[in-house]
Amino acid sequence: MAGTGEKKEEADYKRLHSFPLIRHTDMPEEMRVETMELCVTACEKFATNNESAAKMIKESMDKKFGSSWHVVIGEGFGFEVTHEVKNLLYMFFGGGLAVCVWKCS
Amino acid sequence: MAERCALVSQRCESVTSFVPFQDEEEGVDTGDGCDEWSSGKALVKPSDQLELTEAELKEEVTRILTANNPHAPQNIVRYSFKERSYMTTSVVDQMSVHFVLEGSLLHQDSDEARRLRATPAEGGGEVDEEDRPDSVASKADMKEANVTNQFNFSERASQTLNNPLRQRSCQTEPPPRSTFGATANQWEIYDAYAEELQKQERNKEKQKAATSKKENEKSKKKTLLMETQNDDLTKMGEVAKILERMVTQNIFDDIAKDFKYFEDASDEFRDQKGTLLPLWKFQYDQAKGLSVTALCWNKKYQDLFAVGMGSYDFRQQGRGMLVFYSLKNSAFPEYIYPTDSGVLCLHIHEQHSYLVAVGFYDGCVAVYNLKNEGLEPMYESTAKTGKHTDPVWQVCWQNDDMDNNHNFYSVSSDGRVVSWTLVKNELVFTDIITLSLQACGTSFDFHKHIDYLFLVGTEEGKMHKCSKTYSSQFLETYDAHSMAVDAIKWNHFHPKVFISCSSDWTVKIWDHTINTPMFTFDLNAAVGDVAWSPYSSTVFAAVTTDGTVHVFDLNVNKYEAICQQPVVAKKKTKLTHVEFNPIHPILIVGDDRGSVRSFKLSPNLRKKPKVKKGQEQPKNPEVEVAKMEKLLSLLREPELGPA
Repeated sequence: MAGTGEKKEEADYKRLHSFPLIRHTDMPEEMRVETMELCVTACEKFATNNESAAKMIKESMDKKFGSSWHVVIGEGFGFEVTHEVKNLLYMFFGGGLAVCVWKCS
Repeated sequence: MAERCALVSQRCESVTSFVPFQDEEEGVDTGDGCDEWSSGKALVKPSDQLELTEAELKEEVTRILTANNPHAPQNIVRYSFKERSYMTTSVVDQMSVHFVLEGSLLHQDSDEARRLRATPAEGGGEVDEEDRPDSVASKADMKEANVTNQFNFSERASQTLNNPLRQRSCQTEPPPRSTFGATANQWEIYDAYAEELQKQERNKEKQKAATSKKENEKSKKKTLLMETQNDDLTKMGEVAKILERMVTQNIFDDIAKDFKYFEDASDEFRDQKGTLLPLWKFQYDQAKGLSVTALCWNKKYQDLFAVGMGSYDFRQQGRGMLVFYSLKNSAFPEYIYPTDSGVLCLHIHEQHSYLVAVGFYDGCVAVYNLKNEGLEPMYESTAKTGKHTDPVWQVCWQNDDMDNNHNFYSVSSDGRVVSWTLVKNELVFTDIITLSLQACGTSFDFHKHIDYLFLVGTEEGKMHKCSKTYSSQFLETYDAHSMAVDAIKWNHFHPKVFISCSSDWTVKIWDHTINTPMFTFDLNAAVGDVAWSPYSSTVFAAVTTDGTVHVFDLNVNKYEAICQQPVVAKKKTKLTHVEFNPIHPILIVGDDRGSVRSFKLSPNLRKKPKVKKGQEQPKNPEVEVAKMEKLLSLLREPELGPA
């Protein structure tokens, strides 16, 4: 992150803003880091297909942290969810992608 | 063919004189038969017996035994198809059956018996008693004769108790849930990233700026002691300090001149009485709510004194402060140490004047090293290391012990006199003496020359003379005052004399060998502190809560103060402590508003007995002693009488 001035070219800002930025979370530190990395991996792997990325994330989370995780990936959506306390992660990635992961049975 | 037993009923004829009753019932009437034999000749008449005459009784009645069944019907009629009419049956069966028993005996020549002998395997099963075979025996039998022996073994079964079943259920609380909502748009994402980048840039800038800064506030080092550091600001600090002093002295120039040169000429006309000339007043802003709880002059730098600030009020206990002032700069303290708990007493070490022992209201003691940079004490006692459980009223440095460790004593309301030794990095405590039965120590003083001897004053007004070596017993007890002993001080010259003051308005002077006071002075108000003067054995000063300083010279006037001066403007200010300067003829007085005032003693108060010029210095202590002794001897003569 060189942090030099922002060039307003449309492709460039996406490059600059491609680091994973956690917007809101109440997960404990370890869980947060792991989940974030999993999301980044999934989004990079299935760059064109949000559904597969979400599926991958959900299944891994279910295995690691217990059942009934829900994952939403997209570029434009609003949401209001009930989640188990300490099991929510909402982050941005790749300049224009938002990922919301939460647990609720 | 089974055999049958049958009983045929008989009619019994009673032969005795009993009333003959119709005996149509079946069965032998055995009851009568017995009676016949046992009762003998006595006639017992039942209550419902028929009354008959003799003639009737003698009547003979005939009875006939027949073999007829009385219950058998005698007029059975059957329809006969042959005759086509009802016809009586002529012969009726007269047999009546009383008892039937099916037997299990077989005639050995009968068909059935022969059949049984032919098939032995099933023979045992037919007999339908409850068989109780011994499992081993039955098996053995099976091999031999295949007829289970019913007599030699028995079968037993039992059922153990089953544990009763119980049902339990439990419901855990579901994991807590909460709701969260947000919108994910392209512009939201963009904004978030932009903000993040800005924050990162700002952080980088801050880090670069922060390294070059960080200077402490003006360092308070004495120019004589410390080596100068290479820091620009600290050099500035030294210069600033000198400048500050110069400016202050310029402002208070007249006071400084008074201090040095002024001698009150009017004393000659005052007929032995003296006055106190007010000099500087020392006040510190931050210490406004606190009262002066301790004063101590520094032996090495006689213009430096320490002020302990705290609160005597039990209800208003908060922080405290340890402040050092120099006479050269009355505007601002030289050293300031804020403390968590109010300071109640302090003492500066005689030889190492940078070591200050402090006692707190919360029972801790601490040692501050003035040479250290920080505001923390060098040593502090904690609950684990034996701090007092009640306020520490007095601390006093002692000579270094045998290991050359510094040590000091403290006395506190919890009744303990404790010796603290500074061993490397910590304070080690030793209980020296424990005052008996809830006695609270409020003051103490060590003898100047006799190392082990010290006096303790208590809250009840008693004073104890103690030795460091005896921990449970006092050498002597004096019933000194009716209220707490606020201060107790040995005379600087005379080895036997000490003075005590108390809130019961009195100041008393004692000879430690005698139980009653030599002199008693009533000062009309609670006495906060008393101090001997360093230049004379008969001069002492006392301060009272009505804001007056009393100075006495016993050589001049044994009954009255030669100076009684109210020194504070407001009547409500109480004076709490007083100390004489070791060399200058000044007095400092602390009050409960946190300010310290200094006064110059007028010549009348400083009278020294006339001595030859050349021999003043060495003889002075002896002269003083002699002076005191003379006074005491005047008192002692009448004392010896009644004793």
